[in-house]
Amino acid sequence: MDIGLTHYLSVAAILFSLGIFGIFVNRKNVIIILMSIELMLLAVNINLVAFSTALGDMVGQVFAMFVLTVAAAEAAIGLAILVVYYRNRGSIEVEDIHLMQG
Amino acid sequence: MIVQGLVFYLFAAIVVVSGVMVISARNPVHSVLFLILAFFNSAGLFVLMGAEFLAMILIIVYVGAVAVLFLFVVMMLDVNFVQLREGFLQYLPVGGLIGIILFVELLLVLGGAGVTVEGAPANALAAPMPAANVTNTEALGALLYTKYVYLFQAAGMVLLVAMIGAIVLTHRTRPGVRRQNISDQVGRRREDGVELKKIQPGQGA
Repeated sequence: MDIGLTHYLSVAAILFSLGIFGIFVNRKNVIIILMSIELMLLAVNINLVAFSTALGDMVGQVFAMFVLTVAAAEAAIGLAILVVYYRNRGSIEVEDIHLMQG
Repeated sequence: MIVQGLVFYLFAAIVVVSGVMVISARNPVHSVLFLILAFFNSAGLFVLMGAEFLAMILIIVYVGAVAVLFLFVVMMLDVNFVQLREGFLQYLPVGGLIGIILFVELLLVLGGAGVTVEGAPANALAAPMPAANVTNTEALGALLYTKYVYLFQAAGMVLLVAMIGAIVLTHRTRPGVRRQNISDQVGRRREDGVELKKIQPGQGA
């Protein structure tokens, strides 16, 4: 029962696939899509930290921190856009969003 | 060693189960709560991997800020979420197919090609792991504030732009709302408020 790199990478792979799956299944709900993106970024972070530990290289953790920063900024902007969109249209259905073009 | 394995499987199982619940819960509030659970348990995985600082940052940033923001938005928007779930079964085959294909590909990369870390050549840019008496936080700080200080500043800039963008996007001035205008109050002069009227005797105002 020796936990190695492959175990962590498997968990990250499952989590990333779940994120993709969530985006496809919840096609109408933008909030769940944003949460799925957060799950995928979390999987990426797990990968980065796992490789950092396995290779004995601290840079992976530094990069994971930057990924975390960008994820937080993305969530804030995404939710702000969502609130503005809801205020204008009264719904958050993804299918209506194409009406914003032009 | 066996305790480490058990703890790993516990955290990993909870992360995966809560990930499933995030995308399949009927109520979005439950989704957010399961997202919080997933983040907590991945923080546990980070601790197992020896990245204590990132684990704590994950809890503070994600659970403390991002998940609460999600919760706030979910509760603020008055949306019929049941209606939004229509088509769940319709998209299930395509989404499931793509998810399974991706997962199998990732597993093939993991198992088939074999991730050989031991034989990896030493990278010139690599920063070695700290010695046993140096904490993870200290080592990360020593790296972040010296070699990656410009990237650190850039990350701060990203956050600043995101903050200003979110405020500009959501801020609105509603007409007809009475609010205090301090510059108007301070800039008020005697002539604006007081009017002297000369009243002739016996005529009234």
